Amino acid sequence: MKVPEKNGLENHDPLELQKVLHRRAFLRYTGYAGTAIAAGSLITLASCKDSDDDNENGVNFGSGDFAILNYAYALEQLEAAFYTQVIASPFTGMTTGEKSLLTDVRDHEIAHREFFKSALGSNAIRDLEVDFSSINFMSRDSVLGTAKAFEDLGVSAYNGAGRYIASADYLLLAGKIVSVEARHAAYIRDLISNGSFADSSVIDANGLDKSRKPREVLGIASTYVKTKLDASTLPA
Amino acid sequence: MNFLQIFNQIEEQDPEIYGRLDTRRDAMRSFAGLGKKLALTSLPFALGSMFNKAYGQTPTGVLDVLNFALTLEYLEAEFYTLGVAAPGLIPAGAATAAITTIRDHEIAHVAFLKAAITGAGGTPVAKPTFDFSGGNGAGNGPFATAFTNYELFLAVAQTLEDTGVRAYKGQAGNLLGAGDVLEAALNIHSVEARHASHIRQMRKANNFGDVKPWITGVEPGLGAANSLVQASYNGEDVITQAGISITNINGQAISSNAASESFDEPLTKAQVLAIVDPFIAG
Repeated sequence: MKVPEKNGLENHDPLELQKVLHRRAFLRYTGYAGTAIAAGSLITLASCKDSDDDNENGVNFGSGDFAILNYAYALEQLEAAFYTQVIASPFTGMTTGEKSLLTDVRDHEIAHREFFKSALGSNAIRDLEVDFSSINFMSRDSVLGTAKAFEDLGVSAYNGAGRYIASADYLLLAGKIVSVEARHAAYIRDLISNGSFADSSVIDANGLDKSRKPREVLGIASTYVKTKLDASTLPA
Repeated sequence: MNFLQIFNQIEEQDPEIYGRLDTRRDAMRSFAGLGKKLALTSLPFALGSMFNKAYGQTPTGVLDVLNFALTLEYLEAEFYTLGVAAPGLIPAGAATAAITTIRDHEIAHVAFLKAAITGAGGTPVAKPTFDFSGGNGAGNGPFATAFTNYELFLAVAQTLEDTGVRAYKGQAGNLLGAGDVLEAALNIHSVEARHASHIRQMRKANNFGDVKPWITGVEPGLGAANSLVQASYNGEDVITQAGISITNINGQAISSNAASESFDEPLTKAQVLAIVDPFIAG
């Protein structure tokens, strides 16, 4: 399935991210220092590819905050495509109430996807091709199980990415989105098993939700993404 | 990862690293808490002490955020503790199990934040004396029956959770670059959102309110109690993000309700303190 093409807003750059990034040179420097040294050279910091480049390693996310935003954009593309299919071919036995709220979830994910596309403008990665061949969209268990995995993954991805965001504006935007993903996650979990909204499979003894690093997240997501992704510019 | 070694290597390759730091304040913000996140993780104590020596103590701003969060967690923890203990308030079974789960998370958050504040060299604020009637200590406020009236109890719970989500979100910018502290705050923030989602489902299932797991516009969905908690929902109706209109964005059929629901909004510390003030005695 191909995520539908949207009319891009290529020149839209509402937050002048680059300016922010320069102000935050220190953050950028330290944020990637560990990676760079492990690779043996700080020089690599200076060279960053255009974010929409496709090379033999796959779709490149770009650098700095662009990379984090493209990472979020990729996840939102995946979620939006999934729920679009969920509503297009409802699983057997989907109730009216469930269809209404799952349609809300679809619309939220589309809103997130399109927001990132517009905010990133010409720095946005291209539309990703998804692979949902492992999902039986007629099966309640298959669909809700996948939805739970996607929502919990999304929450952990945003939680883990916050520390790498240099712009306060984009950190807040990520915060505005992640709590909605957490609301989704709790709803889906309760659909599967009432009361599992925040069980010990996701919340630890300190009452903390999970964080995952970008490469771990993309590794998990790769089952559902046909397009090859190059995570090399994302924090390890 | 051995942070000290990494920074030794940075210094080797870039003797001017410290000249590159924008300002001392930025450096402090960036490393606040890196060496201070409890026994949870294997801590880069060496890094923490290195930066403490180089740049001073944990910034006051970060400790302020943590103490502010602690105050809110005290409030939630005590509210649920009293609710679970109130005879006949919460139906046995799934409802009691869910509220107990939430209570335990809030208690864990209190312990976690206290340890984090102490670990960062600060002093945890003391637990205030609460008045869950919303009467500033008089005990006769509008929520006076919250521990005998299940519908009202869940209404207050929903408001506290939604407010908590907004409160943490509003502090994210103050933790920009604060590494582990920011991440821990985010890890709590999403738990509060899971709680809010579930409480809302409980209210819907009991026909206490026509609410969804997410917030639509500025409607609390609390019926007669709306006006009492409206401040917790004002501003949730935003449908433009970073100058980009979300309604029907890029030709997609996104309603204004969906546009509002798809992004939760922050509250400032002052807004939150005004909201919780009636629950604090004196």
